[in-house]
Amino acid sequence: MSIDTKSRQGWFSRIAHPGQFMAWTQPLLWPLVGITAVLFVVGLYYAFFNSPEDYQMGETVRIMYVHVPNAWLSQFVYVIMAVSALGTLVWRHPLADVSMKAAAPLGAVFTALALYTGALWGRPTWGTFWEWDGRMTSTLVLLLIYLGIIALWRAFDDQLRAARVIAVFTLVGAVNIPIIKFSVDWWSTLHQPASVFRPDGPTIPPSILIPLFLMFFAFTFLFLVLHLKAMHTEIRRRKAMGLERRAAGALA
Amino acid sequence: MNAFGAVLARELKLAARSGGDVLTLVLFFVMIGVIVPFAMGPDKAMLSRLAPAIVWIAAFLSMLLGLDRMFRADHEDGTLVLLRQADLPFSAIVGAKVAAHWLLTALPLIIASPLLAIMLAMDMPTLGRAVVSLLVGTPALVALGAIGAAVTVSIRRGGLIAPVLILPMAIPILIFGVGTISTGAGPDQSDAALLFLAAISLMTAALAPFVAALAIKWGED
Repeated sequence: MSIDTKSRQGWFSRIAHPGQFMAWTQPLLWPLVGITAVLFVVGLYYAFFNSPEDYQMGETVRIMYVHVPNAWLSQFVYVIMAVSALGTLVWRHPLADVSMKAAAPLGAVFTALALYTGALWGRPTWGTFWEWDGRMTSTLVLLLIYLGIIALWRAFDDQLRAARVIAVFTLVGAVNIPIIKFSVDWWSTLHQPASVFRPDGPTIPPSILIPLFLMFFAFTFLFLVLHLKAMHTEIRRRKAMGLERRAAGALA
Repeated sequence: MNAFGAVLARELKLAARSGGDVLTLVLFFVMIGVIVPFAMGPDKAMLSRLAPAIVWIAAFLSMLLGLDRMFRADHEDGTLVLLRQADLPFSAIVGAKVAAHWLLTALPLIIASPLLAIMLAMDMPTLGRAVVSLLVGTPALVALGAIGAAVTVSIRRGGLIAPVLILPMAIPILIFGVGTISTGAGPDQSDAALLFLAAISLMTAALAPFVAALAIKWGED
């Protein structure tokens, strides 16, 4: 009987079973670490030594190679969380809970880094660490939402119940993502508009675009590695908690 | 509609008979208006320039303070579980509770706002705009607050988390609320802000009962 039900499961529910997931992602972890390291070495080399200075900003243009990938990830991680939230609400999938929980602190750190590098870049080029510009303000709101979600995770004792409630809240918070995306078009104050992903092609020359893309992939892979590892840790933590509970039950 | 009215009436009756709560909130709202002049000095020109911001901050803080009373007591004594068995969809019940919460917490603040206007040296037209902006904006605040209260209702010490969750999302209400009152950018600008505020209010008031009901259901399972 058990074999029969197993064969009727789709491929997705098979690879997404927490135990199965651990089994097939475990061998992927170290190769991903390797790719991330190589991308960082090559990307940083290009960013520091093999790309031109900006004719206006001079050397400070190199901050872009860390700022832009962090800013991209700050939104990408939220999208991952929102998709996982859908997985929790629609399919009640335990792995979606784990993915959502593991992504929140990572997203908060990437957002904080984006704001921090932006401030460091803003000081020499705009003459100020901070301005209440649309893009910056909406990114700051994103950071606050991340922190609120982390606080919410920590407040719940029952993680299964927490996941469903937090999924609802995560989807509500997703309204902020399009606001960040279009903030530079709606309020054109200080932050420049999109210059890489545009309908009429990038407005950046290839000599700067290549290192930017390398760093872009380096940071994205870094997120994948950290997210995967955090998910493994969370699955193990839940297993350990389950074992503890069972042991306590056996004693009582 | 009958059941909706019954839930609404029950909330109002409970508030009337237990008393105190509503007046404390109004007191808090007025007190913020009293405290700010002490902090900034009683310079009337400056006070009246900052008055729109102070009114909205006071409204924000008092609304957040009252969030916990929306679902907490009914969750703890099991009333929410009983209400979920009713014929009325649970989101309609949550809608009734949200409406009652607005009547009990936002309306008294709006009635008390002339008091704040005197202390902050507002003139009559500004007071009129302040009342309109609070009338139009507070439903959005209550609706968003309902989501925060619903998400945190099953947490034992959830009182502080709901405001932390809701505040960043409520920033647009603050922006357009203050924009409606102040005329610094011209009358067209404050009219546009009022329309935006109305749009946000309608959207959140329409969607929040469903979201809040979902969060309560999933938090209780």
